[in-house]
Amino acid sequence: MANDKSKPRSLLIKGGHVIDPAAKINALMDVLLRDGRVAEVAMPNNVRGGADEKFDARGLIVAPGFIDLHVHLREPGQSYKETIASGTAAAAAGGFTSVCTMPNTAPVVDTEEWVAWLRNPERGAVVNVFPIAAATRSSRGAVLTDFAGLQQAGAVAVTDDGKPILDDEVMRAALRLGAELNLPVVQHAEDTRLTEGCSMHEGPTSFRLGLRGMSAAAEANVVERDVNLAQQIRESRLHVAHLSTSDALKAVRRGKRAKARVTCEVTPHHFTLLDENVGEYDTNFKMNPPLRSASDREAILVALADGTVDAIATDHAPHATHEKQVEFERASFGITGLETALGLAITKLHREQKIPLMRVVELFSTGPARVFDLRGRGSLARGNFADVTIFDPKKRWTFEAAKSHSLSRNTPFDGWQFTGKVAATVVGGKIVYRGE
Amino acid sequence: MMHRLYSYAMNKPARGSLLSIEHLADKEILGLLKLARRMNPLKARPLLRNKRIVLLFYEASTRTRSSFEFAAKSLGAITTLVQSSGSSIEKGESLLDTGYTLRAVGADAIVIRHPAAGAPQLMAKHLDIPVINAGDGMHEHPSQALLDAFTILKHKKSFRGLQVAIIGDIYHSRVTRSNCHLLSRFGVKITLCGPPEFVPEVSATLVPGLRVTRHVEEALRGADVIMLLRLQKERLAGQKIRLQDYIARYQMTTARLKLARRDAIVMHPGPIIRGLELTAEVADGPQSVIIDEIHNGVPTRMAILARALGKAK
Repeated sequence: MANDKSKPRSLLIKGGHVIDPAAKINALMDVLLRDGRVAEVAMPNNVRGGADEKFDARGLIVAPGFIDLHVHLREPGQSYKETIASGTAAAAAGGFTSVCTMPNTAPVVDTEEWVAWLRNPERGAVVNVFPIAAATRSSRGAVLTDFAGLQQAGAVAVTDDGKPILDDEVMRAALRLGAELNLPVVQHAEDTRLTEGCSMHEGPTSFRLGLRGMSAAAEANVVERDVNLAQQIRESRLHVAHLSTSDALKAVRRGKRAKARVTCEVTPHHFTLLDENVGEYDTNFKMNPPLRSASDREAILVALADGTVDAIATDHAPHATHEKQVEFERASFGITGLETALGLAITKLHREQKIPLMRVVELFSTGPARVFDLRGRGSLARGNFADVTIFDPKKRWTFEAAKSHSLSRNTPFDGWQFTGKVAATVVGGKIVYRGE
Repeated sequence: MMHRLYSYAMNKPARGSLLSIEHLADKEILGLLKLARRMNPLKARPLLRNKRIVLLFYEASTRTRSSFEFAAKSLGAITTLVQSSGSSIEKGESLLDTGYTLRAVGADAIVIRHPAAGAPQLMAKHLDIPVINAGDGMHEHPSQALLDAFTILKHKKSFRGLQVAIIGDIYHSRVTRSNCHLLSRFGVKITLCGPPEFVPEVSATLVPGLRVTRHVEEALRGADVIMLLRLQKERLAGQKIRLQDYIARYQMTTARLKLARRDAIVMHPGPIIRGLELTAEVADGPQSVIIDEIHNGVPTRMAILARALGKAK
């Protein structure tokens, strides 16, 4: 292969502070990437061999590439909200080198063909895209999809996200089949029989605003049922998406103690905001699961620190203005999140809650890689994929929604000031994003 | 550490808007009540001559709509009624586009009733003319609370020390939310009463000092004002309550009324369903001020409209 000068085959990240939770590295190191792989991680100035390009990482943290287990890139079918190209550009700007896409598109990603379509280079992705396929046909919750075929085509997990799998027998069958294939089943835990017509968390704020509220139990009941099933079914893998309540966390802890393969993710907005932040019907604070009570957030912060939570995932859910600038009850659920996740994590978790950077990096990289078994990712071990996130943990900046790479602007964090900013995002050894 | 920049704030509602009681200053409430006492629908000055007021109703209404219309007309304003059926709303026009359209047609103010909580707030954030909330979902009904306050003050000397019992479907009631915000500010002791389906525990968090009881006898003891509410069948999504049980435990009867103070008044925002939340004897009895409330709606809404269009002298 000819040596194309515009695409260097090797990149030396020099002078940075490497944090690699899997390898227990927390020190000044140089990192050499070559041919899309990690070639060497060595003491400063000890890397052997030259590099086509160098990146000066002095004063910066060099971490395994961040992985977002939960994004909605809206293709196929809803490219007015987001495309794989725009969504992955936002991911790169947020420091994510890999994203796992949710199948609730139009049509639903429930066939091998659609999984392959998502992975096709023609989609223009600038970071790695790992499709999550539908668990049931059209995500109707009745008939399981062809897990084996979907996995073969590249799906890393199955889910009916946006909707729960409520039927006990269907969930049991999904976990059984997942266990055979070592494929995680991702559950959007919401007992929709209890949440009809609801648009926010049930509590004093929903009562005051005259909005129907989703009870915490509507989430916790489903997680409890699922954890019970996961304990019963040997080797099944349950992943609880966007966990938001204290009671659901208790169920996850119970499962983990019993050595069931239960994992969970938490979003930045759930560890940052509360139901009362909805204010006077601001639809940029409307998402599902909804913002919860102070005691729920407190429990989530504890679980992020103590290791119960496996990953931070954004649930990036772009929507067009006309879907949000309507009556609160009619507005679409969801907010964008790829570009604000790191700033929120550093500001809220590291600086305010004093959670070590090692743990924060784990929640963004090693943790999520383990949840979906993404081999060769989540650590900067030699021979792994050359996915690296470089960030400045001290840099202060202001997020402006108008400058977002996403096609949509539905964020509650417009104008927020953060500490912690992405300096560069490296995917397969190439710099795909460079911060100012 | 982390804070919102000022630029985040959306447009403020136009001066004169009335969106909720919760965010209305005490001074404004008292000013409106004072102004309402001076309004006489039969001998009104044409303060709003040639002002164009749109009555935008996405939900059924008899008294609120007709009293806003009479109030506007008796002040000399021109009104037009726009309803969801028979307008472009049926064709899928959004709330904001309907607002922009009415503004462009020449509306000076919009009175809006809507089944979605917060709809008037949304409209007010995007329009530069006053928006008046005539009831939004389960949220608030500020003009009703003001006319109720007006009515109470006609029959009682002052708010201070009064005991008010609100009985019935609190959860779905925008009237209750507005009344609690208004009355609690002026030293009224409020007791909410009904079964848990209608009066969830969280109701007590609405304003400081609210009391909740399941026993109607408890609520009535010492009450100066009894507010009854209709069971809102149109909002009873998935809730199961047996009407016979409700009637047996909570219906206002002549016998139960005797538990309250002798001079207690009975109020109801209407529409009333005789034989359900109250008997015909109570509705038509000497302590009932239900018809007076409707009557007071016109001067109260005259005051609201005059304030909206800057004629509240």
